[in-house]
Amino acid sequence: MSTHSIALEQHKDYTGSKIAIWLFLITEVLLFGGMFLLYSVYRADFAQDFHHAAAELDTLVGTLNTLILLTSSLSMALSIAATHHGNRKLALIMLALTVIMGGAFMVNKYLEWGAKISHHIYPGSEVLLARPKGEIIFFGLYFTMTGVHGLHVLVGMVLLTVMFFRVLNQPASEVRFAAGHGLQHAAGGRLAIVDERGTPLWKGERIDGTVEHIVVKTRYWPVKERFRVQDFNQLENSGLYWHIVDIIWIFLFPLFYLIT
Amino acid sequence: MSHDHDHEAAHEPVSYGIYFVTWLALLVLTAITVTAAGLHFGALNVLVALAIAATKATIVLYFFMHLKYETTIFHRMLVIVIVTLAIFIGLTFTDVLFR
Repeated sequence: MSTHSIALEQHKDYTGSKIAIWLFLITEVLLFGGMFLLYSVYRADFAQDFHHAAAELDTLVGTLNTLILLTSSLSMALSIAATHHGNRKLALIMLALTVIMGGAFMVNKYLEWGAKISHHIYPGSEVLLARPKGEIIFFGLYFTMTGVHGLHVLVGMVLLTVMFFRVLNQPASEVRFAAGHGLQHAAGGRLAIVDERGTPLWKGERIDGTVEHIVVKTRYWPVKERFRVQDFNQLENSGLYWHIVDIIWIFLFPLFYLIT
Repeated sequence: MSHDHDHEAAHEPVSYGIYFVTWLALLVLTAITVTAAGLHFGALNVLVALAIAATKATIVLYFFMHLKYETTIFHRMLVIVIVTLAIFIGLTFTDVLFR
């Protein structure tokens, strides 16, 4: 029996995908940068109004949310580190914790917004419009910037949930052989899984003329000694997104909650 | 079946400990910024808050986001975006402040 070994090469450009995600993160920074610019210009114009309005925000809730996001960044980083160490269970637990903390952040945000709205403070409300101009602008910026940020947290939670299931099932690679593309090597033989001594563990049907496709799917969890960063670059890139959302909050927090 | 020739695979696994230290540093800085907000430095308050926020952001970038271990191109990209933002904000204020 002659054996044909076909190299299962999958091209993954690890550095390229990382540069791409950083470029995307830079556009996010510029998006928020524009809003921070608006904030700083109006704050220069209405310093007193900004101080009064900011006093109405609950510093405790803001601080709590800061702690939650910082801790979720820790669990995110630990999840990726766990894949490097070949610890799949820890990677999954940390990823789940990250999503849960993202949820806790959103619940806090919901309660905080809810309290403001029940006091008739929301963009366009008559109560708010009766206030000094600077305070109207402050709350407009507050709802816009924390709103866009919250939207990013939600997107991050969805992304990390997808990653959870990817890590649960991955890394998997799939190789397809179709007629004219490597199938001729297999014609007349059988697909088999053999151990290192060549003893077959599993044998497939004989590959005859009626076979049009062969799909080989491998799924494995790398151990610490044989770890490839490429296998988890989606998880790493999602982590980078999560961290940039944290960084944006790091700037939002003092500018809205701590300027009283 | 392997990518053994692939140099990118040669990343040393980062220990868990460094992330806990990073996290602790961020918590301490949060405590400092909340405390500092209660003190009155006048106009300095904003600068203190922004300096601490920038320090926290740098820590997140370097350790959580692995910038410390990345090649120079990532550092350059970051410098470009910071300079761009500085130009945006700086030029706007040359207008706003002297109207």
